[in-house]
Amino acid sequence: MKIKPCMALLLLLLPAAVLAQNVAAARSLAATCANCHGTNGASRGEVPSLAGAAADATIAKMAAFKSGALPATVMHQIAKGYTEDQIKLLAGFFASQPAK
Amino acid sequence: MNNNHKHAFPRRHVLGAGLAFGGLAALGLAGCASGPAAGPSIGRVVVVGGGFGGATAARYLRLWGGNIDVTLVERNSSFVSCPISNLVLGGHQQMADITRGYDGLRAVGVKVMQGDVVAIDAAGKKVRLANGSELPYDRLVLSPGVDFMTEGIAGLDAALASGRVLHSWKAGPQTAALRAQLEALPNGGVFAMSIPKAPYRCPPGPYERACMVASYFKVHKPRSKVLVLDANPEITSKKGLFEKAFKDHYSGILEYRPNNELKEVAGTASQPVAKLEFDDVRADVLNVIPPQRGGDIARSAGLLNTNNRWVGVNWLTMEATAAPGIHVLGDATFSAPAMPKSGHMANQHAKVAAAAIIQLLQGQPVEAAPVMANTCYSFVTATDVVHVASVHQYDNIDKTLKTVPGSGGVSTVANALEGRYAMSWAANIWHDMLN
Repeated sequence: MKIKPCMALLLLLLPAAVLAQNVAAARSLAATCANCHGTNGASRGEVPSLAGAAADATIAKMAAFKSGALPATVMHQIAKGYTEDQIKLLAGFFASQPAK
Repeated sequence: MNNNHKHAFPRRHVLGAGLAFGGLAALGLAGCASGPAAGPSIGRVVVVGGGFGGATAARYLRLWGGNIDVTLVERNSSFVSCPISNLVLGGHQQMADITRGYDGLRAVGVKVMQGDVVAIDAAGKKVRLANGSELPYDRLVLSPGVDFMTEGIAGLDAALASGRVLHSWKAGPQTAALRAQLEALPNGGVFAMSIPKAPYRCPPGPYERACMVASYFKVHKPRSKVLVLDANPEITSKKGLFEKAFKDHYSGILEYRPNNELKEVAGTASQPVAKLEFDDVRADVLNVIPPQRGGDIARSAGLLNTNNRWVGVNWLTMEATAAPGIHVLGDATFSAPAMPKSGHMANQHAKVAAAAIIQLLQGQPVEAAPVMANTCYSFVTATDVVHVASVHQYDNIDKTLKTVPGSGGVSTVANALEGRYAMSWAANIWHDMLN
């Protein structure tokens, strides 16, 4: 929960409306995962939770699903449907959620 | 936490937004995701229908919107899931396993009313219930599901009304009643099911049902038969996987007949007859999945503007093209290309609608590029499952969602791991929409 002051300042200088749009985009994108991975990425079943996962780890995993390096039942097919930018947004959102 | 930065906690909200955008793990958005917020309401939303679409919309309007008055009107006192209901027919799950209450929605501030919306006054922005009461709204969400087109099939209305022929294509008492008919069926009896021409709710559902009934017969009534009378020229979803299941597990029990459209229901109460173009099929239990269209309330509101059957929608907001301000979700919509009529998809429609409604009530632009994903699991045995998955991205030129080339697909083979994932899916989606 730490943030560098310069970063905070930078963020505060960005128009609030733009940021509101981006947070809305991130949570909407993440909501496409909730049906299998739980609301806000907190799974209640055998499918893994995404909440609290480090962003880099989520990004790497999605890349491995896309390339086929990581075997899967369905995620190799789902991962290919999202752009790199969307995956970054998703990863940032889930990283910001409390780990289950 | 108030999610409306005009009223409270602007600094924290802005920080949270920036961090989520930057992909950094720090200040959470969990605060925005907790229960009812304080402060003045930014609008009244009435949601009609508490299935996968409507319940999800109600839940996410509260989750994301903070101060929105959300009223959900639903006919039934509890939610019974169509997905997993075929397992009840097979005897592998009980009704209680697929039934959930609405108390979780009440706990997050949704006003849940049991009732039947019979009329929409779009100009006056209010709906009327069967009991005569009226509910005013700023934005209306309709998740009306499907109703049946029985007029082309002689005898079907009477057969359905008598209860001797069941559709069981809306989960609930019809599910329990069909299970009871299967239990009463003597060993050696015939179960016949009729599948309508696509499009209909849940493309793989009929074939899963055939597998589940056959799985019950295989163990408990091995001389009984499952006869699948399909109006379509071939299996409409996961074709190769279902064909393999029919052959590997149910050879000698299950017979699949393509191009067998139901024309008439005749016969007696104890032995109905399905009349087809060239053939009459006598069954001990006849299950007719009738042809479908968007639900009655969408029809009476004049929203079925596609083939007089489905609701055309604006995919950025889910508003009906016939009536902006009325957001329509789920099976009743005219589907985007390769988008199935599924509970999973209705949940995704609901989230796009919820986000758009919040943005519209706040006077902000709606998201320019919605994304939806779908995964449908089907049981081919009590344990083994096959899936079909797709990801749909907005196409700004054609103004619709399209599947991403190279993405999506089906299982390689039926497997038990996906059987466990299917139950995990059910637990998560039921919780996502109802809690």
